[in-house]
Amino acid sequence: MAYWQNVWDRWQFLWDDRGDGVTYFQWMLSAWGYTVAVAATSLVIALVFGIVIGTLRTLSGHRVISAFAAGWVELFRNIPILVQLFIWFFVISELVPGMRSVPGFVLACCALGFFTSARIAEQIRAGIQALPTGQRNAAYAVGFTQFQTYRYVILPQTFRIIIPPLTSEAMNIVKNSSVAFAVSIPELISFAMQTQEETSRGVEVYLAATVLYAVTALVVNRVMAFMERRMRIPGLTVQTQGAH
Amino acid sequence: MIEMKSVSKWYGTTQVLNDCSVKINKGEVVVVCGPSGSGKSTLIKTINALEPIQKGEIWIDGVAVHDKATDLPKLRSRVGMVFQHFELFPHLSVTDNLIIAQIKVLGRRRDEAKKRGLQMLERVGLIDHQHKFPGQLSGGQQQRVAIARALSMDPIIMLFDEPTSALDPEMVGEVLDVMVGLASEGMTMMVVTHEMGFARKVSNRVIFMDVGGRILEDTTKDEFFGKIEDRQPRTREFLNKILQY
Repeated sequence: MAYWQNVWDRWQFLWDDRGDGVTYFQWMLSAWGYTVAVAATSLVIALVFGIVIGTLRTLSGHRVISAFAAGWVELFRNIPILVQLFIWFFVISELVPGMRSVPGFVLACCALGFFTSARIAEQIRAGIQALPTGQRNAAYAVGFTQFQTYRYVILPQTFRIIIPPLTSEAMNIVKNSSVAFAVSIPELISFAMQTQEETSRGVEVYLAATVLYAVTALVVNRVMAFMERRMRIPGLTVQTQGAH
Repeated sequence: MIEMKSVSKWYGTTQVLNDCSVKINKGEVVVVCGPSGSGKSTLIKTINALEPIQKGEIWIDGVAVHDKATDLPKLRSRVGMVFQHFELFPHLSVTDNLIIAQIKVLGRRRDEAKKRGLQMLERVGLIDHQHKFPGQLSGGQQQRVAIARALSMDPIIMLFDEPTSALDPEMVGEVLDVMVGLASEGMTMMVVTHEMGFARKVSNRVIFMDVGGRILEDTTKDEFFGKIEDRQPRTREFLNKILQY
């Protein structure tokens, strides 16, 4: 009994005032909010650029465009995410005019978003190339332009194919958002490190952060599994349960 | 209606079409046959520019297919095509397969497109399946929907690229029935097929191609099947083999 009382007591620091009228618990929730916001914003950036770049890579007969898209993918996936983050903060914001006034939050989302866009682009490309060429021919044969062929025939099927790897990517972006602590975004790891220093409650703080990351990733996973079920094509594929 | 003049095509250094000239008049049904690798499918795909050509000219209803300036989507919307593997859009219902190009390409209103699409679905005998998805249909049914999809665009000619080759024997008949019906209504058709029964029954002309993409024969049906001894040696060999069983 005394043991459990002790465990309970050790968590009480969460209700302590940090010194500015904010409790550690409130700070943790706000940090969690930052983690989710960084991840969600980065995911939007990653999807937009990933889809465009991945599609451009599959256009045949456009040398310059596909070279540009290939270059994009290599640039953003060959450099470690932490290095990319520092480059946005310390190089681009210094050298590119006007970037100095851009908030750190936006820079962090750009770094994470562009990094992930390279990975999503590759998944989109693989998905597009997995479709039989007959589908493309059939789309052209009914009179679709290249744009319409992608819009109405190729991409809708590609998204269904790549939902499982896209699920992993969405969960990765939640986890990778933790690097943002390095540029002082007040997200979960940032909270954990500072709270650990101020209260010496390393065990509790990191356990709490771990649980919140896991919960967030699980929610993302369930949302994607729901989308996968919603987008299932009747009669087309043998579907496994849920996402991976 | 369709005229190919001295069409040649290469994949790298391999010639797949060799100086092919074909003329198809309105209302004609032309069957193209020949051994695998003779370029039959390539030939039919050059007509709506799914396969580009390096030499020669192709004219459809006065429009130059080989001309880089030609609006290919517009041209293709007037040419119906049916593929060996059906190529329905699997993520769309049967009805949506029938109407999407009518709306997006021809600019028809949705209700108008649906009316036309369902008319064609009725015609191929599948009106009860309008809400299903392609994956829920048999091969023969999918191919009939594919024919209905092409017909919904009110094409001036129908191209068939081995429409029955991927089907179970039992389903070949239902697809051929639809095609025979079309032919009897005066639809202009070019059909790549091994179904010699179909060629005998409804075709006006038979084209025989041999390896290397050369057209060896282009004769009337009666001549093609009537006097086998008058055919070229290669054609005789082919016919003897496939008519043996």
